[in-house]
Amino acid sequence: MTRFQLEIRVVPRPGLLDPEGKAIQSGLLSLDYPDVQEVRVGKILLMELVADSPKSALDMATSMCERLLANPVTEDFQIQILEENENSE
Amino acid sequence: MKVAIVTFPGSNCDYDLYKCVQFIGGSPEFRWHQDSSLGNVDVVMLPGGFSYGDYLRAGAIASMSPIMEAVQIFANSGGPVLGICNGFQMLCEANLLPGALLRNESLLFSSKEVILRVENNSSIFTKSYEHHKTLRMPIAHAEGNYYADQEALDQLEKEGRVMFRYANQSGETTIESNPNGSVNNIAGIINTHGNVMGMMPHPERAVESVLGSVDGLDLFKSLLAHIVDPRPV
Repeated sequence: MTRFQLEIRVVPRPGLLDPEGKAIQSGLLSLDYPDVQEVRVGKILLMELVADSPKSALDMATSMCERLLANPVTEDFQIQILEENENSE
Repeated sequence: MKVAIVTFPGSNCDYDLYKCVQFIGGSPEFRWHQDSSLGNVDVVMLPGGFSYGDYLRAGAIASMSPIMEAVQIFANSGGPVLGICNGFQMLCEANLLPGALLRNESLLFSSKEVILRVENNSSIFTKSYEHHKTLRMPIAHAEGNYYADQEALDQLEKEGRVMFRYANQSGETTIESNPNGSVNNIAGIINTHGNVMGMMPHPERAVESVLGSVDGLDLFKSLLAHIVDPRPV
């Protein structure tokens, strides 16, 4: 089995109102960054899991996103493998 | 009317609901989120609060609790389920109701009295109300901004499944009367079969004049009447 370090990004769907992003944008504007066109706020989850292949690691994480980590009505997700190490156990 | 009130870690309106059910002559019973069975009850209520600290998304972790499997089965067999505030969020997360509750447009936690207009008085939850009657009830939430995609929204509207809308004193659903940015001023909805309702305002906090309003009372009386005489509405 291999130990995988995953990064899961969960972001609000394009076009969906993101009041938190808007508030941050207005904060940046008042700090005199007038070039900021849009800010959107999501979450990053860093996860370690063991799996027998990169594909099974990604499949597991996809299932987790669909069932719990992202809300299918409002959020999209992306999964990336950051690191993989042979499990010494 | 035997009512199961489910307490989750972080629920804070469970006792309000308990007292409210007692007040109208029902028999409330607490259930714990770890329970796997609801027992023999007529109605299930999911109370407001901050289950699991609202971690991940409000209601998301609670919707995976052991008791929620029993709630799904109860709802799918036609049992009345009422979710208030955090309970509404759980029902959406559990796919028992469509859509989602996003952060309030203001980004602020909003705790105040609002005015609701009764949109549909032909449900088991609202049949004691007059059509388009305006009601006063408190809200207390940060994620009450109801959202559904256009298709789901059209379906809700076409089927008359919006139960309450935020309105002003004259019963007009204006932008100013919308406390959280909810699409179409939606404050409460019901499922296709008419047995699962979710709402952000707190009817259980508006049942005695000492609380400032008694406008929530008819919701619980509607349910009581339905349990006593379950004829189609």
